[in-house]
Amino acid sequence: MKTLELAIAKHPFFHDLPAEDISIIAGLANVVNFKEGDVLFKEGADADKFYLVIQGKVALEAYNPGRGIITIQTVEDGEMLGWSWLVPPYKYRFGAKVITKTEMIVINGKQLRVKCDQYPVLGYEMMKRMVRAIAFRLEQTRLMFMDVYGKPAKKY
Amino acid sequence: MEETNYNTETIVADPMVPTLYRVENYVKETSDTFTLAIAPSGSAAEIKTAKQKQLDAAPGQFNMLYVFGMGEVPVSISASPAGGGLLTHTTRDVGSVTKALSALKVGDMLGVRGPFGTSWPVERAVGKDVVLVAGGIGLAPLRPVIHELLARRNDFGRVVVLYGSRSPADIIFKNELKKWKAQPGVIVYVTVDRGSTSWHGSVGVVTRLIPKIRFDPANAIVMICGPEIMMHYTVDALKQRGMSGEDIYVSMERNMKCAVGFCGHCQFGEHFICKDGPVFPYDRLSSLFRKPEI
Repeated sequence: MKTLELAIAKHPFFHDLPAEDISIIAGLANVVNFKEGDVLFKEGADADKFYLVIQGKVALEAYNPGRGIITIQTVEDGEMLGWSWLVPPYKYRFGAKVITKTEMIVINGKQLRVKCDQYPVLGYEMMKRMVRAIAFRLEQTRLMFMDVYGKPAKKY
Repeated sequence: MEETNYNTETIVADPMVPTLYRVENYVKETSDTFTLAIAPSGSAAEIKTAKQKQLDAAPGQFNMLYVFGMGEVPVSISASPAGGGLLTHTTRDVGSVTKALSALKVGDMLGVRGPFGTSWPVERAVGKDVVLVAGGIGLAPLRPVIHELLARRNDFGRVVVLYGSRSPADIIFKNELKKWKAQPGVIVYVTVDRGSTSWHGSVGVVTRLIPKIRFDPANAIVMICGPEIMMHYTVDALKQRGMSGEDIYVSMERNMKCAVGFCGHCQFGEHFICKDGPVFPYDRLSSLFRKPEI
């Protein structure tokens, strides 16, 4: 296996993916190093890339008028960033900025969509993995909304 | 019928009588949490007895702190005098008594009963990896465990501390967290639910850290302290890593009153949190966890 294919195979998101699928994805991907402060994408921009963090930390940000830019969540070692490449209208819902030096696998999202249509088995596998990751992220977001460390509500 | 005579004076009266303590040090940890370091007061004999009782306190146990004229609250010991310092408690001002506690100053007096309850299974953890998961003020009852693990570092495998806080401003024991992180063989992760512009750490719930940490689930002890819902999801994530419920310990919080299992205020299913807990193996409580009617 080549270095890029090894990096993809080692990433938890692609755990146990068949070698031929890894090879297809490797044809659309690169390993890129980012430095602190790099902006990966801005809210509303075309979602043409899918990112997987090998090592480092990226902040998912939203602009809240009157309160400035808020970090909604950080994405770190072994996690994936961005599913907007898969969902119409293919625009990023949030911005992403690198917090610490970060090494990532960057995949061309548009081309990956084409490959998923072309190879339905790979497409279904990608969809299952994306849904699992999104469900995990949704569960975490719900917990954050619950404000579990806030003061207990008054009983009336 | 044979009559049974119970010696209620020695069984009941003693643990119900508070010992007089003096506030020696007060630290405001965050806007609503504070740490009180206290020392016994009274005659030499009273001080000696009180000191001995608290020296015997094990990590995870709690004391009943009495603010005269206000009432009593259970507060976990956040540092034991066994470590060479003062008896220390850290809590949050959420009710009238804890608010009154937060208003105490150095030199003020308070009553102390205890220590009560079960402790964290430090001896069971010898030779194993130890993972501590704390949420919010839940770091306070785990702090004496961390002190002991560090004091006996060679007795344990990997030591991992995962701490989730509401925001960067709500993080307690900030300086100590840095010191723990600097210790060899100790991993400390801190994450907050809500970031700030100056925060460059992790943002997200503490449970998301579980899939990523390095430890041996077949040879580990996990101790969790935090809101019940956070403990529930933490246990869930640990089980997905292959942990067994009997190696996971949780510390429960209920409205303790007498602290000796008589009044029933803290009943949780068939358990009294004050006497059978607050530290339980998760397996003993799993059927009761997160039940609205309990």
